[in-house]
Amino acid sequence: MKADLMKSGLMKIAVQTEAFDLGAEVNAMSLGRTDIGAIASFVGLARDSNEGSGVQAMTLEHYPGMTEKALAKLVEEANTRWALLDVTVIHRVGRLLPGDPIVLVAVASSHRGEAFAACEFIMDYLKTRAPFWKKEETPQGERWVDARASDDTAAARWTDS
Amino acid sequence: MMLRVLYFARLRERFGMAGENVELAGTTAADLVAQLQARGGVWAEELAAGRAFRVAVNQDIVTLDAALPDNAEVAIFPPVTGG
Repeated sequence: MKADLMKSGLMKIAVQTEAFDLGAEVNAMSLGRTDIGAIASFVGLARDSNEGSGVQAMTLEHYPGMTEKALAKLVEEANTRWALLDVTVIHRVGRLLPGDPIVLVAVASSHRGEAFAACEFIMDYLKTRAPFWKKEETPQGERWVDARASDDTAAARWTDS
Repeated sequence: MMLRVLYFARLRERFGMAGENVELAGTTAADLVAQLQARGGVWAEELAAGRAFRVAVNQDIVTLDAALPDNAEVAIFPPVTGG
């Protein structure tokens, strides 16, 4: 079953400027099948503040080619840890405004435990391994966002267990 | 050996270029970083020991002791901040 996810083309990975529709993505996962018992999803949004100052907009940059490969690799790693039936990862790039959705991770499995865990694992690994960079527009000017130690800590707990 | 070297995000802006072809007189990622540091200025500053940056070879993250294949695509970029 574990190899099927990758070979069946069920896994969806997209890096795009366009917005995404959570409902449509989740519905597409279970359309025409009855083996899925749980779908856990996470949506990350652009906030209006960071590090104590207002954020008017942000621009996300990526490394075309490597970013898609890195996302596929971390989904494959999740699939070796849990029995997954489908995974969708969509990450936006370009200029985004506060409130705009940035990232969607949705994981389908037979039971909720695998779906919840794999969804969180994929997000934690995405934050530390997928080549995306954020630049914020603030009242004080533009600034590149620094990586957070707390993200490394969140990713590291999956190797400690 | 010849390499295609790419820069992203803050490093792309500070170096003033998205990529360049580099003739490397060495064999490892550390040799490339040292050669770029030797240019001085922002290169020495951004690639100094203790500064956080990542190196990918043919789109896989590597450590600095990694050997570089001829004609490799090498990317140097800040720690990632997506999601």
